Amino acid sequence: MAEQFISRGFKGRARETDRAVKERIPPGQFVTKEFPVLSAGPTPRTPLERWDFSVYGEVAEDLKWTWDEFRRLPRETVTADIHCVTKWSKLGTVWTGVSVDTLLAGVGLDAQPEVRHLVAFCDGGYTTNLPLADVRGGKAWVVDEYDGKPLDPVHGGPARLLVPHLYFWKSAKWVRGFKLVSEDRPGFWESVGYHNYGDPWREQRYAGD
Amino acid sequence: MAQQLKWQLGTVVEIRQETPRAKSLILDLPDWTTHLAGQHVDVRLTAEDGYQAQRSYSIASPPEDRHLMLTVERIEGGEVSPYLTDGLRVGDRVELRGPVGGYFVWDAREGKHDGSPLFLAAGGSGVAPLMAMIRHRAHAGNKVPTRLLYSSRSYEEVIYREELERLSASDPTLRIIHTLTRRRPPDWAGYGRRVDRAMLADAAWPPAENPLAFTCGPTAFVEAVATHLEELGYEPGRIKTERFGPTGG
Amino acid sequence: MRDNDLRLDGNAAGGLLNEIFPFEMTAAEATCAGCAATSLIGELMLYQHGMGAVLRCADCDTALMRITHIRGSYRLDLSGMTYLRIASDIH
Repeated sequence: MAEQFISRGFKGRARETDRAVKERIPPGQFVTKEFPVLSAGPTPRTPLERWDFSVYGEVAEDLKWTWDEFRRLPRETVTADIHCVTKWSKLGTVWTGVSVDTLLAGVGLDAQPEVRHLVAFCDGGYTTNLPLADVRGGKAWVVDEYDGKPLDPVHGGPARLLVPHLYFWKSAKWVRGFKLVSEDRPGFWESVGYHNYGDPWREQRYAGD
Repeated sequence: MAQQLKWQLGTVVEIRQETPRAKSLILDLPDWTTHLAGQHVDVRLTAEDGYQAQRSYSIASPPEDRHLMLTVERIEGGEVSPYLTDGLRVGDRVELRGPVGGYFVWDAREGKHDGSPLFLAAGGSGVAPLMAMIRHRAHAGNKVPTRLLYSSRSYEEVIYREELERLSASDPTLRIIHTLTRRRPPDWAGYGRRVDRAMLADAAWPPAENPLAFTCGPTAFVEAVATHLEELGYEPGRIKTERFGPTGG
Repeated sequence: MRDNDLRLDGNAAGGLLNEIFPFEMTAAEATCAGCAATSLIGELMLYQHGMGAVLRCADCDTALMRITHIRGSYRLDLSGMTYLRIASDIH
């Protein structure tokens, strides 16, 4: 097999060299000051009058909030480092929104221990799957503000899921609801080779990692 | 007949500064076969640690040329374009594969085109594949009525400006229409704004002449041109688009 | 950055598709499972970034092809496409 040609002098994307930074971020990542946009489809444009957020599935109660109702739920501001599977990390990002605990509170989950999974579904058809345990207990939010301003559509506005302890493809943009299920269902990227769980600290980028 | 493109190496034989931001790389490719005007190549760069980055570049040279020309606009903060414009020296090699793309092509040869007038709309460095078509057309002695509407930020940033002047001066069937969107010379009498429907209504061939349109450049530019041409009555199937993405290449 | 500024034409996926199918694929015809429109692959909308490539119907945005290349394997989800026609003679 022929040896790969090396492009003289090509350095490529910054690899993280700062040791203090390297200790703070998961393996294989580098820090960026930008906020790259990765989209698998066109930016949806749902008007707020038609937006709603649903929680349904194998549970006794279906829940739904209009945009106004969603905005009146208890809100919190979260500062988090985020990690994309394409290797960039962004430190100290600030989001405001509703804890997933709040959204799941009325659905009666404790009475149904076999319902252990969640599928987030979104405008444009994107989906991602998560264990319920990973979105409860203060680990996940549905956020509608970034840096104190309304979330830009290219970054998932009006609202996106935020699950910072997992790779950022799990923080689904343009989220419209959760389906609660007993059987896990791989989402958009999980079904074409990305890791089903996606822990950046164990570098779970791809299926089989 | 199956064909699988292989990565091949080309040697930089010339680097030409086209404008302050854009350079043309002229490459000698011993394993190159041929191409059609409009096609592109994928360029792959590999760092010493194995890291790779890949981008597509339209072929700016016509099939009649012995060497391949790629015209690259330097994007500040880009990963690949600064290497191609400022990191390469004559004698360096570049890995690429191609030609790619059977959809955005125009063949000037007898029997390969339908004689329809050509309308070409270029946004910035999107002029590259359209220049391949214009150069190929000149080599072939093809006289289909052709208009190029070319949007650039300023006079200094018009890529191939002098060559386009020369070609259109000696060929009345080729007309170049410029629009300069940010800065204009004091005596500028041409368009001075972003391409819009009114400009296309003036500049483009009327739909009744069954024109064939090719437009290339930043995605926003291409989508605006395609939308307006359709509104003006062009058949959607007669508008061929090559989007470059957000930054134009 | 504005909406959809990131998308390209299916033409730009020609090199990737040729890694999988040894043919000129941008001129191949695909029928959308969402709206039954038939387009050339070159006419589809390509969304491509570090995770993979998605080719969508220009009319209804259904994802006809989802392609990743991970650890030496190509994975294709073609559930958004009902029919693919590839010419085996070039030019």
